Amino acid sequence: MTTLLEVTGLEVFYGDFQALFGVSLSVAQGGATALVGANGAGKTTLLRAIAGAQPAARGSISYRDQNLTTAPPYQRIAQGIALVPEGRKLFPSLTVEENIQVGAAAAASKQWPLDRIYETFPMIARRRGQRASTLSGGEQQAVAIARALAAAPTLLLLDEISLGLAPLIVEALYQTLAELRQAGTTLVIVEQDLRRAMDSCDDLVCLLEGRVALAAPVPALTRDQVVAAYFGETATSGETAT
Amino acid sequence: MTWVNAVIQGLLLGGQYALIACGLSLTFGVMRIVNLAHGDLAVCGAYLGLVLSTALGVPVWITLPLLLPAAFAAGVLLQVTLFGRALRHGVLAPVLVTFGLSVMIENLLQEAATSDPRGLNGGALALASFRIGSQITVSWLFMTAFLTACAVLSGLQLLLSRTSWGRQVRATADDLDTARLVGIRVRPLFATVAGIAVATAALAGVFIGTIGTFDPYQGTNVLIFAFEAVVIGGLGSLWGTLVGGMALGVTQVVVGQVNEAYAVLAVHLLFLAVLAVRPNGLFASHQAASQQLGALG
Repeated sequence: MTTLLEVTGLEVFYGDFQALFGVSLSVAQGGATALVGANGAGKTTLLRAIAGAQPAARGSISYRDQNLTTAPPYQRIAQGIALVPEGRKLFPSLTVEENIQVGAAAAASKQWPLDRIYETFPMIARRRGQRASTLSGGEQQAVAIARALAAAPTLLLLDEISLGLAPLIVEALYQTLAELRQAGTTLVIVEQDLRRAMDSCDDLVCLLEGRVALAAPVPALTRDQVVAAYFGETATSGETAT
Repeated sequence: MTWVNAVIQGLLLGGQYALIACGLSLTFGVMRIVNLAHGDLAVCGAYLGLVLSTALGVPVWITLPLLLPAAFAAGVLLQVTLFGRALRHGVLAPVLVTFGLSVMIENLLQEAATSDPRGLNGGALALASFRIGSQITVSWLFMTAFLTACAVLSGLQLLLSRTSWGRQVRATADDLDTARLVGIRVRPLFATVAGIAVATAALAGVFIGTIGTFDPYQGTNVLIFAFEAVVIGGLGSLWGTLVGGMALGVTQVVVGQVNEAYAVLAVHLLFLAVLAVRPNGLFASHQAASQQLGALG
């Protein structure tokens, strides 16, 4: 399998606060990678840095062998990277359809016209004329994913899409993600539910205080190993954050 | 009948206020910049009209195809060189930068054109009028200013609600960070918004200069009325801005009918009253309301 995304030695700062310390990550084309870790471990920062929303102080991000480390978000979208941000972040005054159309502003291709998106998410098709702020949480999450899909991504980054949603809705969203994978979209998923993360992904990366604590194919991992990495129990004292 | 006349004249005057104010409303709504030089840019538009119409020897209307693109270009340039940079340094920087720009424009105009009041050549339109009934006379110039304001506001509203550009503008006004993230190129978008704002200001300046006179320091006064129209109407609502402008115009002319000395004071009191009773303005947009809800949640 070819490598789609290659992150090497990535360091990201918020002012004086360092959020990522030399993070490296490799995502194979067509795969699904689960990104897990405690709150504040740097999962969201890593996704935002890959999408171009957070500048990299050091390290590099390359995509299909192109260096995108300093590229602005619209160029990364045109290359096929789209992010579903944490907290959905819909445009509240725009309708559902307008939110999706805005997502196509810098689209990589015309692979995802509106009808295909509505076919994929029937639950939002009948809400298309409504303001995004009037939807339920599950519907809003579906619109957020639809907005990212409108950019026709080859790599879809999903940040905590199940947060605060009913289990049935989450089940339906993950069903859709499985269909997207079959259609050839590569996924990187931040998920708090470890069981769901391990069930739906081939690879798992666990971040701990801004560093990669564990990275391996899911079949090679036990739940206990992941939990240990999650809480830093295998970490030596030198690895704690400064 | 004098009262009916006062109300009609006030409504028409309100159109002019709205025309100045819509650019202010747009820049604040989209870029979160309160452009303190907006009134001065309108006055610059009037001076540019004066230069062009004198040089070409034609009424100022004929120069609009040159004047408006020049004003648009000036807006783009200001955004790229000044406002955009200022925005990257927090909320206070744009206030200081636009205030400085305002002072500079006023003094440069004073140096270049002296402080003599000037007027623009409005051609035959400036003197034409028509009658409603037997007692009310309406100036075609006022009517044209009002209709132009309505046309500009409708045009902007259509652009914002129907085009892909407008969708991107509204999305950016909602949430700048996310707009960037979904691939909107914010810099060119802001540049076009600033261009439109300055072009509408210059157009308003041309009407100010044709209807009355203008001098280098008039911009501040123009800004205050525009600002009050925006706040009364509700930030982010273009139609609200028109209603706000009309409320100002009617108050000014009707109170002026009683005692000219209190006309402008009455306008400021109306502004204070609206601010006290409905701080979000009469027609705060759903957008502003939902943002507040979002902030509370």
